[in-house]
Amino acid sequence: MKGGAANPVRLRYTKLGKVRWISHRDVARALERAFRVAQLPLAFTEGFSPRPKVSFGLALSTGHESDAEYVDLVLAEYIDPDTFASILTPALPEGIAVVGAVALADRAPALQEAVTCVEWRVDVARRDLSPVEPAELRTSIHTALALPALPTTKRRKGREVVEDVRPVIRRITVCDEPSAVVEMEMSTQPRGAKPGEVLAAIGDFTDLRARRTHQWIERDGARQEPLDADTRPRMPEACAS
Amino acid sequence: MSNLWPRIEPLLARVEKPARYIGMEMGTEPGNLAPRHGSSRAAFLLIYPDTYEIGLPNQGLQILYELLNERDDSVAERAYAPWTDMESAMRAAGVPLFSVDTHRAAVDFDVLAFNLSAELVYTNVLNMVDLAGVPVRNEDRAPAHPIVIAGGHCTYNPEPLAEYVDAFVIGDGEEVIADLAEIVGAWKRGGRASREAVLRDLATIPGVYVPSLYDVEYDGPVVRSVTPRYADVPAVVDKRTVADLAEWPYPKRQLVPLVEVVHDRLNVEIFRGCTRGCRFCQAGMITRPVRERPEEQVRTMVREGLRRTGYDEVALTSLSSADFSGIESVVADLVTDQEGTGGVGVSLPSLRVDAFTVGIASQIQKVRRSGLTFAPEAGTWRLRQVINKLILEDDLYAAVDGAYSQGWRRVKLYFLTGLPTEMDEDTLGIAQLAKNVTDIGRRYTKQASCTVSVGGFVPKPHTPFQWFGQNGVDELQRKITLLRDALRGTRAQVKWHDPRATFAEGIASRGDRRIGRVIERVWRAGGTFQEWSEGFRLDRWLDAMHAEGLDPDWFVTRHRTRDEVLPWAHIAAGLHADFLWDDWQQALAEHGLPDCRWTPCYDCGVCTDYALEHVVASPTAPAGGSQGTGQDLTATPGEVPVRFLGTKATAVATGAGA
Repeated sequence: MKGGAANPVRLRYTKLGKVRWISHRDVARALERAFRVAQLPLAFTEGFSPRPKVSFGLALSTGHESDAEYVDLVLAEYIDPDTFASILTPALPEGIAVVGAVALADRAPALQEAVTCVEWRVDVARRDLSPVEPAELRTSIHTALALPALPTTKRRKGREVVEDVRPVIRRITVCDEPSAVVEMEMSTQPRGAKPGEVLAAIGDFTDLRARRTHQWIERDGARQEPLDADTRPRMPEACAS
Repeated sequence: MSNLWPRIEPLLARVEKPARYIGMEMGTEPGNLAPRHGSSRAAFLLIYPDTYEIGLPNQGLQILYELLNERDDSVAERAYAPWTDMESAMRAAGVPLFSVDTHRAAVDFDVLAFNLSAELVYTNVLNMVDLAGVPVRNEDRAPAHPIVIAGGHCTYNPEPLAEYVDAFVIGDGEEVIADLAEIVGAWKRGGRASREAVLRDLATIPGVYVPSLYDVEYDGPVVRSVTPRYADVPAVVDKRTVADLAEWPYPKRQLVPLVEVVHDRLNVEIFRGCTRGCRFCQAGMITRPVRERPEEQVRTMVREGLRRTGYDEVALTSLSSADFSGIESVVADLVTDQEGTGGVGVSLPSLRVDAFTVGIASQIQKVRRSGLTFAPEAGTWRLRQVINKLILEDDLYAAVDGAYSQGWRRVKLYFLTGLPTEMDEDTLGIAQLAKNVTDIGRRYTKQASCTVSVGGFVPKPHTPFQWFGQNGVDELQRKITLLRDALRGTRAQVKWHDPRATFAEGIASRGDRRIGRVIERVWRAGGTFQEWSEGFRLDRWLDAMHAEGLDPDWFVTRHRTRDEVLPWAHIAAGLHADFLWDDWQQALAEHGLPDCRWTPCYDCGVCTDYALEHVVASPTAPAGGSQGTGQDLTATPGEVPVRFLGTKATAVATGAGA
C-alpha cells in the first residue's frame, strides 16, 4: 500500500502542428486540465492554498514545435508509467501527445536546471521570408562561427538588450536537402537562445518553422534524455498491484 | 480551396496572440464538420463581433452551435473579430474573414449570424461583413451573398443596423433556430434563387424582423411610423421565449479554449429571466418571466461538465444567482463533492447585496478570499427607490461586515451615475457608503480596501427609463470628479467608465434607422473595436452625426415624451407600454415595486400576453429577505402566475389583468 507515498513521474510529450501557436502557459493549462479529466491522483502541496505538484521543463516559445517536451509530477498513488499515454493523450488537444513516461527518483533535480543542451531542426528563410540557398547559408554559418563573438539584440522583459549568442551555439549543420534546413545544438545554461535569435546573429536569416527534437541532461561527461536520467527502477510486480 | 489555413498560417508569426485564430477548442470536431458542408445543409457562421477572448465563452453562441450541428439539415462554425494587427495582415494578403473551426471563408456559408451583446460592437459588425467580402448595406447584396442575421439583447432596438442586417431574431434562440435552419436550407436546396423570397419567408417566422420589408416615415425629426409593406409581414414582432429551461440542457459540451478567455470556467445557467424589476436593467425587463432550471439538472450539468472539461471552476450563471430556489443545497453539495480533490471554485455572478449572499459566498470560497463584489447601483435609499434596486443601507453594511469578518479583504461596489432624478447628494452618498464600508473593514483588518466602480447610465429600450434623457459627457464627468474629490485621501479607490464612450453607446442604443449611416461613417473612418479604449474616439461619432445632419443631443440627452413613437415600438418584449410608462412615473415618485415572483402580479404584460408562467421551485423568496424591500413574503402563491418545479402544480394568475 503506497497511498500516502510520493510517486514522482516524468512525462515526455509533443507539440506539433497547429497547436504550436499556443503559448507555453496554455500548454501547461491544457495538461493540468487533462490531468483532471483523466482523474490522475496528483499529490498536492501542503498549506493554505494547495497546488498540484507539477513542474514544467524549459519553456517552448509560441510558434515552435517539439518532439521532446517534459513535465514532472508527483502522484499520491503509484500508476504504471506505460498507461499515461493512453489515458492522457485523448484528453489533450491534437498535436500534444504523451509519448513516454518514467517513474522518477525521489528528489531528482528539476528539469529546468538539469537540462543543459537542446537540439532543433529549423527551416530557414531570409528575414523578408524569401528563400535562401543552402550553399549560401552554409558559407554564412561557417564565417559567423569563426568569429569570437556574435552579438544580437534580444527582447527581455519588454526591453531590448544586446547579448553574445556565440557561447550558446554548439553545432549548426546544414542538412543535405534542396531547401535550407539546419540542425542546431545549443546550450541552455547559464542561458539559452531561440533559433531565430541565433539565425539573426549569423546573418539576414529567420526561422520559418522550428522544431525541438531533443533535450539533453549532461552529467559527468555522459549525456542522457530526461527519460533516461534520474529514473527509479521499475516497481517489482508484487508491489505494483 | 475551401480551407484557408495554408494562407492564414504564414500571418500568425507576426500577430499578437496567434492562438485566437486556430480554433482547436476541446469539444469541437473539425474533422466531422468539414464533410458536413455541401449543397444540402444550411451552413451558419456564428459570429461574435469582438475578440476571441471576449466572444468564445458566449453561451448563446455555443448553444446555437450545438443545436445546429445536432440537426441533420444544418452545420455551424464560429468566427470572432480579428484584432487590428491580424485584420491588417489579412487585408494585405487578401485573406477574407474565416471560421476558426475549419478555416473556411465566410462567403462559403449561407448565413452570417451575429451575436449583438453590446451596442459599441456595431462598427465591428460592418467591418466583419466587409472583411467577408459581402456588401455592408443589405440593399447591395445579391443571392450569391450570405444572409446576414443578428440576435442577442441589442436586437430589441434593431433600427440602427436596419440597413445592414437582413434579418433580426428577437428573444431566446433555442427554438427559433430550427425555423431558420429549415427556411435557409430550403432556399439553399432551391439554388439560392431570390433573396427577396427567402427574406419574405424568414419574416413569417415568429420573432424574426426583416427590416427591409418595413417603411419608416418621419414627422420632422421624430419617427411617425414603421409600417410593413406586405399584409403577411407582422406590424409588431414579438420576442421568442423558451417556456421551460429544463428542455434545453445546453451547452452539453461547453467548448474549452486553449487560450485564456474571459469567464474561463464551466458555466451553467441556473435560471433565465429576472423579475427584481430594476428599472435601469434591460436584461431584467426583456427576459421575463423567471424560468429556473430544475435543481437536479443543474447538479448533473455541473458534475458532467467538470468531468468532461477538466475545469476547476464553475459559475452558476443568471441575472441574480442567489435568487435560485435551490442555491443553498446546490452549493453545499458542490463543496462536499469536491473535497479532497484539490477543490473546485464556484462563482456566483450577479449576487444580491445581503448577509445571506455572503453566507453562501463563504461556503464556496473557503480559500483565496480575495474580493467580493456588490452592486448597490445608487448612493442613497431615495435614488435606489427610483431605480427599484431596493437595498437598505443596513443590508449593505451587514453584507460587508459579513465579508470582512469572514476573511475577505477587498470589497468592490458597483454604481451607476447619471440616473434619473440623480442629485449631487446621491453622488456624495456613494462616497459616504464607501467610507462607511472601509470603516467596517478596518475593524477586522488593516488591509481592508474598497473599490468603487462607476459606470455611466445609458437608458435602454424596453425599460421604464427609455424616455429619460441621458446625462451628457460634461455632466457625467462633473459627477465623477465630485465623487473622486469626496473620496480623496480615503482608503476607497474609484474607477470609472469613460463618459465619452457612454455617450456613443447612447447614440447607438436609442437611435433610429438614420443612425446606421453614422455607424457606417465611424467604421469607414477606422473606428473598429469601440469597446476598447485604444480604438474609441468620440469625435468620430460626433463628426459622423454632423455629416448626417443629426443632432447628438436630440438623440441622447433629450427627454422623450409619452406620445412619441419610439424607434423600437414595432418590436415587443411583451411589456405593455402603459406598464412601462406607469413604472416610469412610479420611479419619478420614488416608489419601489415588489418582485412578482413572490408577490401578486402587477401585469407587466409578459406572462398574460404570451401565456407564460414563472417556473420556480420554491413558493417563497429565499432566506435573507428580498433585498431589504420589507415585502410581505408570506403572500399566498395562488395569486401569482407561477408553476412550481417538482410538484408541477400550476397556479394561474387570478388577479392578472385586473
